[in-house]
Amino acid sequence: MNQAVAAAPVAKRKPKETGVPDNKKYLHPLMAKNYGNWKYHDRPRPGVLHHVAHSGDEIWSVRAGTARQMDIFTIRKLCDIADKFAEGRVRFTIRSNIEFMVSDAKKVDPLIAELGKHGFPVGGTGNSVTMIAHTQGWLHCDIPGTDASGVVKALMDELHHEFIREEMPNRVHLSTSCCEINCGGQADLAIIVQHTKPPVINHDLVANVCERPTVVARCTVAAIRPAMVNGKPSLEIDESKCMCCGACYPPCPPMQINDPENSKLAIWVGGKNSNARGKPTFMKMVASGLPNNAPRWPEVAEVVKNILSVYKEDARPWERLADWIDRIGWPRFFEKTGLPFTKYLIDDWRGSRANLNSSTHIRF
Amino acid sequence: MAKKMHDTPNLDQLEDGPWPSFVTGLKDLAKDKDYVVDLLGQLEESYKTKKGYWKGGTVGVFGYGGGVIPRFTELKNADGTPKFKDAAEFHTLRVMPPPGMHYDTDTLRKFCDIWEKHGSGLIAFHGQSGDIMFQGATTENVQKAFDEINEMGFDLGGAGPAVRTSMSCVGAARCEQSCYDEAQAHRAVLNTFLDDIHRPSLPYKFKFKFSGCPNDCMNSIQRSDMAVIGTWRDNIRTDETLAKKWFAKHGMDELVNDVVARCPTKTFQLKEIKNIKKSDSISSVAVSDTHAIEIDNRDCVRCMHCINVMTGALSPGKDKGASILVGGKSHLKIGGLLGTVIIPFMKLDTEDDVEKLVDFAQRTIDFFAENALEHERTGEMIERIGLSNFLEAMEIEADPAMVNSPRMNPYVRTDGWEAEVAKINAKKQAA
Repeated sequence: MNQAVAAAPVAKRKPKETGVPDNKKYLHPLMAKNYGNWKYHDRPRPGVLHHVAHSGDEIWSVRAGTARQMDIFTIRKLCDIADKFAEGRVRFTIRSNIEFMVSDAKKVDPLIAELGKHGFPVGGTGNSVTMIAHTQGWLHCDIPGTDASGVVKALMDELHHEFIREEMPNRVHLSTSCCEINCGGQADLAIIVQHTKPPVINHDLVANVCERPTVVARCTVAAIRPAMVNGKPSLEIDESKCMCCGACYPPCPPMQINDPENSKLAIWVGGKNSNARGKPTFMKMVASGLPNNAPRWPEVAEVVKNILSVYKEDARPWERLADWIDRIGWPRFFEKTGLPFTKYLIDDWRGSRANLNSSTHIRF
Repeated sequence: MAKKMHDTPNLDQLEDGPWPSFVTGLKDLAKDKDYVVDLLGQLEESYKTKKGYWKGGTVGVFGYGGGVIPRFTELKNADGTPKFKDAAEFHTLRVMPPPGMHYDTDTLRKFCDIWEKHGSGLIAFHGQSGDIMFQGATTENVQKAFDEINEMGFDLGGAGPAVRTSMSCVGAARCEQSCYDEAQAHRAVLNTFLDDIHRPSLPYKFKFKFSGCPNDCMNSIQRSDMAVIGTWRDNIRTDETLAKKWFAKHGMDELVNDVVARCPTKTFQLKEIKNIKKSDSISSVAVSDTHAIEIDNRDCVRCMHCINVMTGALSPGKDKGASILVGGKSHLKIGGLLGTVIIPFMKLDTEDDVEKLVDFAQRTIDFFAENALEHERTGEMIERIGLSNFLEAMEIEADPAMVNSPRMNPYVRTDGWEAEVAKINAKKQAA
């Protein structure tokens, strides 16, 4: 290019690399005053936490469920409620519940009434089934096997009565993930896409779209190798090795893993985040092959509700799902839930021997 | 007034029921925005065909290499034009929240105004890494929206092979179990790595999470490369008034079955008051005129269970700090890994203490950047090279608190054994 006629560069705004903002100015005044100096809490009713500080100050937090993906009108409505009752402060939990803090017990009931009037369920505290941690799904993800917000909406409609009450043996955390990467995370019960067929490769596109060595390296079982197909550089899959995890799909979209019929949903249970009682645990697959049946996924809801109702009936106080299964054992879990224990539930991935029973500890 | 809505028979079914509906929210936005009318059109198509239609690309803001998640539609007509042209670009800005996700309404309303002007009007509180997700802007509007959000004092989060946005629990702001100032540590650590957040150049992602106590409300052991979890070294504190109040309400059955029986190391005992032992490591408190709790803190693993059940009656000690675990991650590529204890305890009371945490984080990331393979997480790297090699690089002594048990196989070269023993003995003598 001729330097003399090049347009003068437009001055662009430089970002201010301010990083994580300070939260002090956003704290409710009583929380700022008693920072690091709280004594205990109790729960006067489901959806309400009551914290007492060493100074004697008391604060009530009212927790409500949201859709997570919120329109600005809904957010402004929540702001109106916070301005009216909660001194203009709110916070969100890790599971997208919103919390309003009030400094006077008398404000709690009117605040709950106001939230109810606008359709926000109050609950999600203590031994409830709280809001489902979830991902993006069809709304925004580039590799989703299913939707996320829709699955969550459909399930939370079914579990609403468990959200607004505290009737479970201990708290129940749920997550959903729209592919096997499991961005939804570990939970007492999780719903995760499980593909059942190897990717379908569009050989016309691979050479232009994919960095082939990266894709080969991404395969967890070394089932992918470079190949010439129809005279074009592409990739091929040893389908006897492939276990359909979909790890090749993000770096190589022409290796389509999602399939309307063959991408199924699996249910996992017994993930425990906390160190309370036993150490944290990963969840285990207990059901698979459920259809990706939008818009309300009734088959998934049925399995989830079944597991939760058996747990609710059978577990002792303070037993998380993982603690309960530790006590009753896996055979009884499958017996009580009526779920079939198939050979696919026997782990054969690395480290799997630790998941086999090497004892005569067997319940009859 | 926006253009006419597309038929959405599938999405319409997600407006029924008691839970708040994101579809109703989108329809409210679609009244004024053609953008959202077409977004609903594409989403309905996904519901019909059970396929996703977004692909990635390269969109960002001036000066940064990450923090924007680009999305272009792949749903095209036969002639290659987008089927839903007004939603052909639907990029997301990831914005880092304040620690503990506290907001005032003034800030939230400003977010809404900015996103009404430049974006779809859809905001997620929050994404799975903790970001405020401003979902849906055209390529042209991404910079405009960012400039206004940035002027408010908010900054983009991480994406790709970068230090990622972090999360911390409500912590000291409202929780009696908090064992350090989570917000202070969160900001001190993350704001050290702004370059690694905004300009992705690590082997793969690196996540920090900050939980104030072992209840680990941020799920940090499972979900972060470096988990900072509050704990304490001295004795559990007791409050007799609250202990008696708890017992009066809950009774002997609950105390025995829900607390005594659930202590993982059986160090929590119920005894007649006259039999309670006295020693420097014992916490005890009367629950009635005849009975008291006895906890030998040397056998307590700080699991939190008894404190959770009898909040206030029992509480964490005063010599507080944090345990640091490294290497947690989800499935890809070798299977899920839980973090491993690397620093059993460190104080986080003063700025100097926090500076030591920042220094450890810096050295870990430097080592990760230098030694991990492409697309390898920290936990996978440690599994590949062995924990001992990682410890040596971090100049941290081996500690039995790092393992569930010593090795169970003989496949190790031990010709440095005597030298190691001599080193440990010399250190013991010097102490």
